[in-house]
Amino acid sequence: MTNFGRILATAAASLAIAAAGAGAVEINALFMKQAGYSEADVTAMTEEYAKANPGVKVNLTFVAYEELEPKILAAAASGGYDVVLGDCVWPPKFSKAGIVLDVTDRLKAVDVKDIFKGALDSVSYNGRYYGMPWLNDCKYLFYNKRMLKEAGFANPPATWEELAAQAKAIKAKGLVKYPLAWSWAQAECLVCDYTAISEGFGGGMVGADGAPALAAPANVKALEFMVQSLADGLTNPNSTEMIEDNVLQTFVAGNAAFALNWTYMYAGAKDPAQSRIAADVGIAPIPGSASRKSATVNGGMPLMITKGSKNPDEAWKYILYLSSKPVQKKYAANALPIWKSLFDDPAVAATNPEVVAVSKIQYDYIRNRPQVPYYGELSTELQARIQQALLRKTTPKAALEAVQSVALKLAAKK
Amino acid sequence: MQRRNSEGAFALAISSPALLIVFGVVLFPLATTLAYSFMNMELISADRGSFAGLRNYAEVLGSEAFWAALGRTAWFTAASTLLETVLGLFIALLLNETFFGVRFLRTIVLIPWAIPTIVNGSLWKWIYNGEYGVMNAIMLKLGLIAEYRSWLSDPFAAMNLVVIADAWKMTPLAAIFFLAALQSVNKATYEAAVVDGAGATRRFFSLTLPYLAPTILIVLLMRTVEKFKAFDIFYMITKGGPANGTKVLMYETYLSAFTNLQYSKAATYSYLFVIIIAGLTALYVRALDKSEAGNG
Repeated sequence: MTNFGRILATAAASLAIAAAGAGAVEINALFMKQAGYSEADVTAMTEEYAKANPGVKVNLTFVAYEELEPKILAAAASGGYDVVLGDCVWPPKFSKAGIVLDVTDRLKAVDVKDIFKGALDSVSYNGRYYGMPWLNDCKYLFYNKRMLKEAGFANPPATWEELAAQAKAIKAKGLVKYPLAWSWAQAECLVCDYTAISEGFGGGMVGADGAPALAAPANVKALEFMVQSLADGLTNPNSTEMIEDNVLQTFVAGNAAFALNWTYMYAGAKDPAQSRIAADVGIAPIPGSASRKSATVNGGMPLMITKGSKNPDEAWKYILYLSSKPVQKKYAANALPIWKSLFDDPAVAATNPEVVAVSKIQYDYIRNRPQVPYYGELSTELQARIQQALLRKTTPKAALEAVQSVALKLAAKK
Repeated sequence: MQRRNSEGAFALAISSPALLIVFGVVLFPLATTLAYSFMNMELISADRGSFAGLRNYAEVLGSEAFWAALGRTAWFTAASTLLETVLGLFIALLLNETFFGVRFLRTIVLIPWAIPTIVNGSLWKWIYNGEYGVMNAIMLKLGLIAEYRSWLSDPFAAMNLVVIADAWKMTPLAAIFFLAALQSVNKATYEAAVVDGAGATRRFFSLTLPYLAPTILIVLLMRTVEKFKAFDIFYMITKGGPANGTKVLMYETYLSAFTNLQYSKAATYSYLFVIIIAGLTALYVRALDKSEAGNG
């Protein structure tokens, strides 16, 4: 075909597509470029949906995580996007700000009992639901099997105390300079690690009555543990400037014996092209303490319908399709399903046997960061104060008491 | 008369798209932001949209966070502007001489300035990286440090490292300004000074510096205002950390609006910002007037 012929053919094809789309219902959906389901996955899912629903046209937009929230804020009222992917800490503030639709009634038709509790909790606020869990994720404990073996440990640690003891032994043997690597930069990832650790120590940032409990003794103990690990030279001092990707780089370079990270680190660490320790990667549930067996932090991402959406029914249909069992099963290699029943499916288990086996245990211990509308400001304050404690500018107790007093003020605001 | 009217209409017709854009993307947001600063526009608040009077201003001005951020912004502005001006002056003096390759140097000195701030930030973040950063490697080789260390973990050190990253990018601009001014200096005055027995130092302080004063003031003004608004370099290198050590006014404003949904607080910060910058500009303009009057 000549160039001209090719152009003509392309033009004809696009005209045909445009004609097919004319008069159809259009849905605009906003997704993220990073981890979990890839851009190609979401595009393929959507094409399959469009094939089965000829009257609907879905326009996809992919942005970096950092751009998601500003985009949602800008477009929610006008309905510029009908369906938006959001972080699991946003539904409470989005619902209070009137940015997303209440989907409690719509969810009644869904078998929510089969969804992991942690994932479902993240879309609820004041007993109502504001989204559908979709991208399932939480943090795990990654460890270097070779280092543990050489230090004489047969199993990964079950408690934080045990982890510190193993790290000490590994350091003493000279297997690695700093056995622990964390994402403790002043960013959301710090609060994620802190949630897992403090909950594991039996703490929690919100009390049983829903009131802020930032300075609870178990939380102080957890922060003291973090500070002590730095003082003992167990934690890599660069941790206070590292985010998840830096933890991954440190771990795959063989410069850490233990690290907390999201599921995506497993694939990266197992890939010999980017990992020096591909054969030594271990994954386990995050340690706990005498009062709690384990605790991890929810990193899932729900799909929500914006308040301004002109086609909320069509938007919901599309959301249900994306989160349906067949679709989640088909694309399980990149993100594990939200459905408990799928974990017994041999096809899902086969995608990633080691991760599926651990996640079956870990998902029972998923904790959410505080589900409060003022979470943004609380997290900002928490990051700064925890860092002050980590850098020895203040004591763990004083740091958390300062956050508590801010949290009480925020909670009292109408 | 008839003709002038139609000319006026024509002028309006052809400038209306530009006017529309100026109104839509400049004036309208400016006015809305000003209005927000007198309202409660905290999206998660129950009485969102209510009139707040001066409450937002009282809250912001009464908060420790604002003054701390202002202090950090002032430090960043002063330190980086000073560094850029002094270094820029030295580079300009060097490039003003005639030697082999000076034309080539004059060209490549601009390269850092041509790099986008985001790229520059990313570049320096890697240089400062505690595990793989080239800064650790060089300092270790030079024997300045005994082992690799973490650079961005200390709040004040992190701020000063951002100053260096910023100065590296912006010094060339100052240098080119000074160089342009130096190039138009009357050479005969210098020759006369040499004949009169004035040394290089004397010539610099008695001739070059007074001659450069207006340019220095312009550079100072431009850079101060730009520095005060700095956001992207902090976003790239430190994200306001560690322990808030690099949380400048703009970063605080950004967090208020886009993470905490406090539009009114962000608007208040923005307008306080405008007032500060207007004050600084007035000071400089007055100084500029004086220096020009002195020269003339």
